[in-house]
Amino acid sequence: MTAWALDEARPRTGLSRATVVVLLTAAVGATALLAGARFGLLLLIGLGFGIALEGLRFGFAGPWRAQILRREPAGLVAQLLAIGLVALAAFPLIAQNPGELVGAHAPVGVAMIGGAFVFGLCMQLVLGCGSGTLVNAGSGNAVSALALPFFAVGSFAGAYHLDWWIGLGSAPTVTAAGLFGPTGGLIATLAALAAVALFVLARAAPENRRLPRRLWIAAAAVAGLALLNLVVAGQPWGVVYGLGLWAAKGAQALGADLSGSAFWSAPGAVERVRRSILTDVTSLTNIGIIAGAFAVAVWRGGLGADRARLPATAWIAAAVAGLLMGYSSRLAFGCNVGAYFSGISTGSLHGWAWFAAAFAGSMLGVRLRPKLGLEGRS
Amino acid sequence: MIRSRRPVAGAVLALLALLLLLDIAGGATPNPYRAPPLFALGSGQAASGGHCAAVPGR
Repeated sequence: MTAWALDEARPRTGLSRATVVVLLTAAVGATALLAGARFGLLLLIGLGFGIALEGLRFGFAGPWRAQILRREPAGLVAQLLAIGLVALAAFPLIAQNPGELVGAHAPVGVAMIGGAFVFGLCMQLVLGCGSGTLVNAGSGNAVSALALPFFAVGSFAGAYHLDWWIGLGSAPTVTAAGLFGPTGGLIATLAALAAVALFVLARAAPENRRLPRRLWIAAAAVAGLALLNLVVAGQPWGVVYGLGLWAAKGAQALGADLSGSAFWSAPGAVERVRRSILTDVTSLTNIGIIAGAFAVAVWRGGLGADRARLPATAWIAAAVAGLLMGYSSRLAFGCNVGAYFSGISTGSLHGWAWFAAAFAGSMLGVRLRPKLGLEGRS
Repeated sequence: MIRSRRPVAGAVLALLALLLLLDIAGGATPNPYRAPPLFALGSGQAASGGHCAAVPGR
C-alpha cells in the first residue's frame, strides 16, 4: 500500500498532526509562562510519558494479564527493567541529596496490602491501571473515560479516610537503603528484580522469552522520564495524588468541609487544594499523559476506530472498579506507578508488598472480567 | 450508541479544560514570579509536592 493510500485509509480525526503538535507546544509554553518553567517542564514530562506509554504500548495491567493467562512475560520483564534502570540512578541521587529529592517511601500495613489487592483486581476489570486509565481515556477508550472520574472521587475519599485505615495496623517505613545502605540497598533491589524476571522467564515457553525491540526502547524511555520527573519535581513519578486533588477541589467548591480529614486538613494538603492545579506535580504529569496519549491516537488515526459493544453490567462494573481503584490506591500508598514503579525503584519495601498483593488481586480480576461482560462482544 | 473513539477522547479533553477553567475561576491563579527553580536537584529547597506515598500529616 502506498503512503497516499495509507493516508486515505486513515480515519479522519478532525485534527491534523501539525495542529496537535502546535496545541501541545502552546500548552507547555503557556504553563511555563503562567506558572513557572518547572511546571511547564513537568507538563512536557507528562506528555512524554503519554507518548511513550501509548506510542510504544508499554503498560502494566495488560502485561500482568498476559503473564497470568498465557505465561507471556515480556511486558512484565520490561517493567522490571525500567524499574531497575530508575533505581540505578535514583538510589545514589536520593542518598546524596536528602531533602531535595525524596523517594516513594511508605509503611507496609494491613490496609496497604488489602488496598493493593483490590487495586490489582479492579485494574484487570477495566484493563487499565493508574497510568493506563489516563492513557486509555486520552485515546478514546470509553471504559477508562467512565472509570476516570470515579477514580478521582475514590482517590479523594480514600485519602479522606486514610488515617482510620492506617490505624488498623501498620509497620514502620522500611527502605532498602535504610537496611543495607545506599549501595547495598541498590544491589539488593536489582538482585530482587532480576530474580523475579528470571523466574517468570524460566516459566515461559522458549519462544516467549525474548523482549521485542519496542519494549527495550519503551523501558528506557519510561525510565528516563521517571528520572527526569525525580530531578525536576524532587519526588518520584506518581498518579493518584493528583486525581484525588482534583476531586478535593471539586468537593470544596461545592461547600464540603475537609477539616474532618487528617489527610486533607494537613497544612501541605490545604495549601495544595488552595493553589492552582498548574503548580501540582502529579496533576501536570497526569494531564500530560492524557494529552500525550491523545496526540498518539491522532497521529495514528486511531480515534476513528470502532470500539467494542458492552452490556450495561460492564459499564456499571467499570464505574465501581474506577471508584475502588481510586480508594484502594490511597490505602495502598500508591498505584502501579506511585507504589510499584516508584516505590521499588526508590527502595521502599511497600513497593514489593504492593507488587505481591496486587498481582494476587490481578489473578482474581482476570477471571472476573468476562463474568462482568467486560470482554465485549462483536 | 457511540461507535467511534473520537467523541470519547473529545469529552475527556473538554472535561480537563473545564477543570482548569473552574480552577482559575475559583481564584487559584499561579504566580510565575514565585515559581521554584527549574530543577529540584541542586535547588537547596526541600521537596514539597503531594505524592500518593505520603502519609497523613506530611
